[in-house]
Amino acid sequence: MHEFLQYIESYLTSDKTPGAAGNWVWELIYILLVFVGLSVSVICMNWLERKILAHMQVRLGPMRVGPHGLLQPIADALKLLLKEDIIPAEADALIFWIAPFAVVLAAFTVFVVVPFGPTHAITDMNIGILFMLGVSSLSVLGIVMAGWASNSHYPLIGALRSSAQMVSYEIAMGLAVVSAVLMTSLNESGTGTLSMIGIVQAQLAQGEWFIFKFFPLGLIAFFIFAIAMVAETNRAPFDLAEAESELTAGFHTEYSGFRWSLFFLAEYSAMIAVSSIAVTLWLGGWLRPFPNWLSGTTWDRMFSLFPGVTFLFLAAMCFYNTVRMPKHPLFRIQTIGLAGFGVVLGLIGLILFIPAVSFRVQDVFWFSAKVAAFMYLYIWYRGTFPRYRFDQLMQIGWKVLLPIGLGVLILTASVALLQPMIWHP
Amino acid sequence: MLIGGILVITRRNPVHSALALIITLLAQAAIYLMLYAPFVAGVQIILYAGGIMVLFLFVIMLVNVDRAMKERQFNAQWMVGIVAATALGGLFMTVYTKGSSLFPERAMPLTLEGDNTQKIATMLYGQYMFSFEIASLLLLVAIIGAVVMAKKRI
Repeated sequence: MHEFLQYIESYLTSDKTPGAAGNWVWELIYILLVFVGLSVSVICMNWLERKILAHMQVRLGPMRVGPHGLLQPIADALKLLLKEDIIPAEADALIFWIAPFAVVLAAFTVFVVVPFGPTHAITDMNIGILFMLGVSSLSVLGIVMAGWASNSHYPLIGALRSSAQMVSYEIAMGLAVVSAVLMTSLNESGTGTLSMIGIVQAQLAQGEWFIFKFFPLGLIAFFIFAIAMVAETNRAPFDLAEAESELTAGFHTEYSGFRWSLFFLAEYSAMIAVSSIAVTLWLGGWLRPFPNWLSGTTWDRMFSLFPGVTFLFLAAMCFYNTVRMPKHPLFRIQTIGLAGFGVVLGLIGLILFIPAVSFRVQDVFWFSAKVAAFMYLYIWYRGTFPRYRFDQLMQIGWKVLLPIGLGVLILTASVALLQPMIWHP
Repeated sequence: MLIGGILVITRRNPVHSALALIITLLAQAAIYLMLYAPFVAGVQIILYAGGIMVLFLFVIMLVNVDRAMKERQFNAQWMVGIVAATALGGLFMTVYTKGSSLFPERAMPLTLEGDNTQKIATMLYGQYMFSFEIASLLLLVAIIGAVVMAKKRI
């Protein structure tokens, strides 16, 4: 027992991820943390999406279920669990059962290598980015199985369209990723790395985020990836495959209740996963803004106040809305609920001011903040852009993004080779 | 991997066979991992399981599955089949028992897995550059051929 506790403690002083250190207890803990964090994020995304879309469309969104609709996702989850589980009579039962399972498996396994910090990943493979791209391409198979197993026209057409779209945009994504990985090799030894943690450390060593490297090449590669990742996850404006008005929800038409919620979970997890890839490759992962330019203990301390300040700001918004609640006796519970939520957020903010906590939470906070910015962009796109027709969609993937991706790759490689000649140290 | 392979050939439903083939390919990626070749494993998953099998599934879906499942499964060449399978099995046994002593000058020590990507890159773009370019030319010819055959008017 004592040596088991020592085994657990021995990891706390190491500077590697649990996978690299071989410590299975902490690996399990990290896996659980990532799993819980992901589920909570998907729930928050559900609420945020409905509220933000509503505010963009000049309406209020869910307001009834909890204070300002905060309990709406829980109500949605309960509803989905209680719905009748229908399997179409002519459907292939085995494949019908496996399909949501495969999509969720692919979407969640990707998070094994996502780096929330220099040691805060479940493990760090030296083919990290390749692993992420590969496993996310397995979700295409799940969608194809789902559409086929439903044994009806709309899901089949939706599944075929969706999988064709995903496969096409994977190529553009791959090219953008390769040009970012190229930039990791601009160090003294001349070797790059495919490991996610290595890519962020290369950005730290080279002193600039890859989005600004070789301006505008990093920026163009980032935009290619940003567009391709929206198409890869079947989100607006590339969501013809699941568009409610065209195809009655596409490949997940015949799925009801919990099976549909698995697809939903997988879609949002995939969104968070590809946003993590974009943040790691171009936006510097867990690094705070200006890690090299504004360095030193005072700047470090100033930036370490950000997590606490964010939560205190959210708590202040909660209290402001509590005061604005209607003064009707029927609203008393909601007002008390909102005030309680504000108190909880404020307490978390105050805890995050303690130096010991904020020192550990820094990396995770900056990573999550950047991924949250991407989530907001996703919702913004959904509220703003009209849907692309399918042939326009495929045209963009093959005729626009692929040539630009190739061009950026060739130009990045040329500039990287010529760089020592132009800027003599 | 063996279970996947057996399932591929014994299922009546072609979609089940394709799924079993996906399981086989994923198992093969795991074998590559055990041989300290993580890059090859990753590329196997991206290309084979995630790309080629999707195309397989597209084509299988165009086949009339009900009629395919009712086709009479026949086994007319069973003698030749047994001879071929025995020969292949003998070959496998020989390689398994003799091991790398069959090719003494080619036996490579297992390298560190961190080097796999770098070593493949140096070999592919250095020593085997010609084969690489010829392979890409081959793919170009295949693409042009497919486009020509699928166009309505040339």
